[in-house]
Formats: sequence, C-alpha cells, structure tokens
Amino acid sequence: MAQVVEDAPVSSDPTQTFTVTLIIRRFDPDADTEPHWQDFDVEMLPTERVLDALHKIKWETDGSLTFRRSCAHGICGSDAMRINGRNRLACKTLIKDLDISKPIYVEAIKGLPLEKDLVVDMEPFFESYREVQPFLVANSKPGAGKERTQSVADREVFDDTTKCILCAACTSSCPVFWTDGQYFGPAAIVNAHRFIFDSRDDNAQVRLDILNDKEGVWRCRTTFNCTEACPRGIQITKAIAEVKQAIMRGKP
Amino acid sequence: MSQTIEAPRTPAIPNRSKGTNWEKWGWIYMRASGVLLVVLIFGHLFVNLMVGDGVHAIDFAFVGGKWSDPFWQVWDGLMLWLALIHGGNGMRTLVNDYAHNRGLRGTLKIAILIAVVVLIVLGTLVITTFDPCPAGSPADLLPSICKGL
Repeated sequence: MAQVVEDAPVSSDPTQTFTVTLIIRRFDPDADTEPHWQDFDVEMLPTERVLDALHKIKWETDGSLTFRRSCAHGICGSDAMRINGRNRLACKTLIKDLDISKPIYVEAIKGLPLEKDLVVDMEPFFESYREVQPFLVANSKPGAGKERTQSVADREVFDDTTKCILCAACTSSCPVFWTDGQYFGPAAIVNAHRFIFDSRDDNAQVRLDILNDKEGVWRCRTTFNCTEACPRGIQITKAIAEVKQAIMRGKP
Repeated sequence: MSQTIEAPRTPAIPNRSKGTNWEKWGWIYMRASGVLLVVLIFGHLFVNLMVGDGVHAIDFAFVGGKWSDPFWQVWDGLMLWLALIHGGNGMRTLVNDYAHNRGLRGTLKIAILIAVVVLIVLGTLVITTFDPCPAGSPADLLPSICKGL
C-alpha cells in the first residue's frame, strides 16, 4: 500500500497544495506613472481558479490589489483579464489547466483605458454596445391576450449570440480594436446579431445600417481572436460574417 | 452639473455614415478580385510553366509572342491591375491596424499609393505598347526572332 502511494504522482492528490507564482501587472494611478509587474507566491489547490489566487493575494498579502468580480461563476462577465497572454475569465480558469511550473502572468484586458491594476474603463465598450440598439423593437402588436410566438427554428438562428455576457474578452482581443477605438468591436456586433436575426424584431434594417459604417463590420479581418477568447464559446467570427452577408443582401 | 437628457433612441454619434462607404467597397473588392485572381494567376502559371516545354520555353521570344496576342494582353493587364490594387489595399489595411502614429500612418499609405500607381502605369504601358522588334534599332541588339521580319 505504501508503495502505491509513493509511486503515485504528487498532483493526483486533489488535496495536495503547491506554490504558484503569479506575476501581476500593477498600476496605481495615484502613485505610478507606468504600470509595473509584481510577483506573488500563493499556496493553491489544483482545483482552484485564478480568481481564488487573486482573492488570496488581496485578502492575505496585499489588500491594495484591485480587480473586478461579482458572481465568480462565469455569468456576470466582470473578471475578464489577460492570463498568460490570453483573454479569459479568472473565475473559469482552473490552476491545473495552466502550466504551473512557470509563473502565471495576469494583466488587465488590452485596448481599453487602464484605471487601476486589473480594472479598465469599460465605457467605450458599452458605448458601442448601446449604439447598436440591443433591445427588442417591435412595431406590431400581438393579438389580444397573445404572446409574440416564435418557432424553434427561428429561435435557433440567433441562439448562439444570446449567450453573450458582455465581459469584453472578445473586443479587447481584437487587433483592429487595439489600434482603432472607433471600431464597434465583436461584442457589439454579436449583440446586434442577436436582434437582427430575431423574427420578432422589426428594427433589423436600422441596425444593419449602423453596422454598414466605415467603423462597422467591414473592419473585421476574420483573425478569429474573438472566437478564441470568448469564455462562452460563441462563434463570434461566424456571427460577424452572417451580419456582413445580411448587409449585402439588404435584409436579415 | 447640469445635463440634458436626449430623446430616447438618439444615436450616440449622429450621422456616422456620410458619402461613399469605402471600407465596404474595399472589402467587397478584396473578395471579388481574390476569386478572379485565383483563376488568372493559376492560369498564368499553368500556361507558362506546364504547357508544352514548360519552364524551358520561357525566353524573350515567348514573352514577346504572348504580348503580341490581345488575349494575353487583356489577361496580363487584368492580373496587373487586380493584383496591385488588391495588394495595395491589403497593405493599407495592415498599416491601419499596426501603425499607431497618425503621421507615420499617412506617410506609409501615401507611399503605398505611389508604388501602386507607378507600377500600374508602367506595367500597362509595357503590356500595351510592347514591340519585340522596334524599327530602326541596331541589328545586333535585336533578338533572333526579328531576323525574318
């Protein structure tokens, strides 16, 4: 029995903790002129997440570490950050899925103004979101006492894009958005797609006109960065291509 | 702080789109010319490298012969225009994405435009006015195919 335990790899025991090094890009607007990297060593279980490591640092080592999180379960979309150079949700990234023999680099998402540590100003992101009118516009009235019904097939058309949690992981992974803040960005186009292809909505034409702009869908270079970054697995590049086709057809 | 509340559904940036949407037409051009160029370039490579003696057949006379045929003049002319504008537009896209400095961006785009225009003008001139045996040239400078003329 003792022999078996000795031979077993250390990491197979889920209660075995190990030291993980996190290198976090810190920025304090009151004290710093430039962001800088800071190392932290934390004891972690393999089943814990990067968010737990950040909590541990904030609660036990350095209370000034600033980051956003709300639900901590991948739904609110608050804790998108660049972990080892890839945009992910800290609450959905397990320590055991990363290479812990090397330090884990954590920084704020790119392309949006950095406010403090891992917090960025999301206002430009939400501004382009608002601009595509992400709400149902129905000019017709349903029959008395009736709801707006929709067939399963009609719902299926935009099912993928209803999953967006507005975490900005896609938009802040887009190289076009990095250099051109005027570009609507993948998230806004995904949310426009959700209503453009909704059979109950009557305002698709207006949204298509908005996205047929100089800074609209045509800036997309189909690099697939957004699809790779999306923590919800939305086929974003495909959605953008569908909007492009709808604009060329002139209708959804 | 006083703030006026806009009417509902007022666009955040009104009148965003004015005039021709170049970004859209640029995108459509890239797709259309890309499809045409696949046919033109692979046709060009097939005829030059594989038909008959293949690559060994290419010499001054081969090129001169092709450019005396209106079919190949149109083929090569189309290839020249489509490919250079396609490439130039692609380079413009790269500059827009990666040149962060406004002045540098403008300079690079003007340089690309000049290169494209010069190459198109020069290429078109060669394709349309090419004469392998210009009259009045010294005989020792002319290729052998001109002897019979």
